[in-house]
Amino acid sequence: MSDTIRAEWPLYEVFVRGKRGLNHVHVGSLHASDDHLALRHARDVYTRRNEGVSIWVVRSTDISASSPDEKDPLFAPSGDKVYRHPTFYDIPDNVPHM
Amino acid sequence: MSSAVAEPEVPGLPELEGHFTATIEHADRIEPRDWMPDGYRKTLVRQIAQHAHSEIIGMQPEGNWIGRAPSLRRKAILLAKVQDEAGHGLYLYSATETLGVSRDELTEMLISGKQKYSSIFNYPTLSYTDVGTIGWLVDGAAICNQVPLCRTSFGPYGRAMIRICKEESFHQRQGYELLMTMMRGTDEQRAMVQESVNRFWWPALMMFGPPDEDSSNTEQSMAWGIKTHTNDELRQRFVDMSVPQAKALGVTLPDPDLVWNEERGQHDFGQPDWDEFWAVVKGNGPCNAQRIAHRKQAWDEGAWVREAATAFATAAGEEKSA
Repeated sequence: MSDTIRAEWPLYEVFVRGKRGLNHVHVGSLHASDDHLALRHARDVYTRRNEGVSIWVVRSTDISASSPDEKDPLFAPSGDKVYRHPTFYDIPDNVPHM
Repeated sequence: MSSAVAEPEVPGLPELEGHFTATIEHADRIEPRDWMPDGYRKTLVRQIAQHAHSEIIGMQPEGNWIGRAPSLRRKAILLAKVQDEAGHGLYLYSATETLGVSRDELTEMLISGKQKYSSIFNYPTLSYTDVGTIGWLVDGAAICNQVPLCRTSFGPYGRAMIRICKEESFHQRQGYELLMTMMRGTDEQRAMVQESVNRFWWPALMMFGPPDEDSSNTEQSMAWGIKTHTNDELRQRFVDMSVPQAKALGVTLPDPDLVWNEERGQHDFGQPDWDEFWAVVKGNGPCNAQRIAHRKQAWDEGAWVREAATAFATAAGEEKSA
């Protein structure tokens, strides 16, 4: 057997929409030989009890992610902008519906 | 995963350790791409892999009875349960892989005996009654162990445990219901339940691991937030939970020292045979060789399926790019 056939199946990340109206949410990962089988395996592994109405699978190598080490510099721009939050503004208690 | 943003300057070791320790102290979670001490990583790989292997090997004792379940209803339940164990193994293997071990390596380490699985699965299932007892006592003990692990410090492990605990409740209830059904049957059936409980009670207590004074990993694991309770604490909790369940079922637990201690507000109970425990852990239990041989056979005989699927995917990919 050649090395390509011996090699482990690629890793897929699995996202499930719990019900209509909700986002797909990451639920875990699995190995599969191709996209089609990844969907089938995802159904068996992650939706045995009606946990979903829709599944996405994507190869882990196709995901670009921010690095945990640069968490602070990456998110710093939003850290000091308290005026983006509604609680920044003082509104008298007698003003309704706000 | 790849990183699409430029890497910042590499922080020094003290800074990394400080960040790790602070995360643990805040009871926050460590995620796979965070820096972590080698010992933390190694302990997690050992523990989560052992847990995953237990789920996979745990399919065998009960799978033994699928073909002989007494009704279609019981057969469907047992199939669903054993399929769940496979699923639990897969969740946990995925969690282990986030620590940098490959699935194939994990399978090899199980088959070669380099990594362990829970000693309970080295005991045989001699009658269909054992399916019920395993659900009640073995899955009950597993739930005791696993509920606190939902809050473990390593994110992927905790998330796998949450998923598993949701499903484990069905396992325990189907087992208890099976035993209740038999207890409403004939004297012979009631005797079968009692005999099965007698065989599984002590091995179930062993599932929590050795007594605290002999558990070399507990202290460090608790400091790292991997474990939140000691073996003896969880064993006590399990005994206290099981006593009223046994009473409701109408069976006795085979421990002459088991008695309510008013002062402690807990039960006093006897110790399992720890020599037997260590013998089973070291490979000398009733079914160790059989369990591993069976797993190896399934792995070897499935090789052509894995290879065919890979060959199909490769051919389809070449056709697309041609």
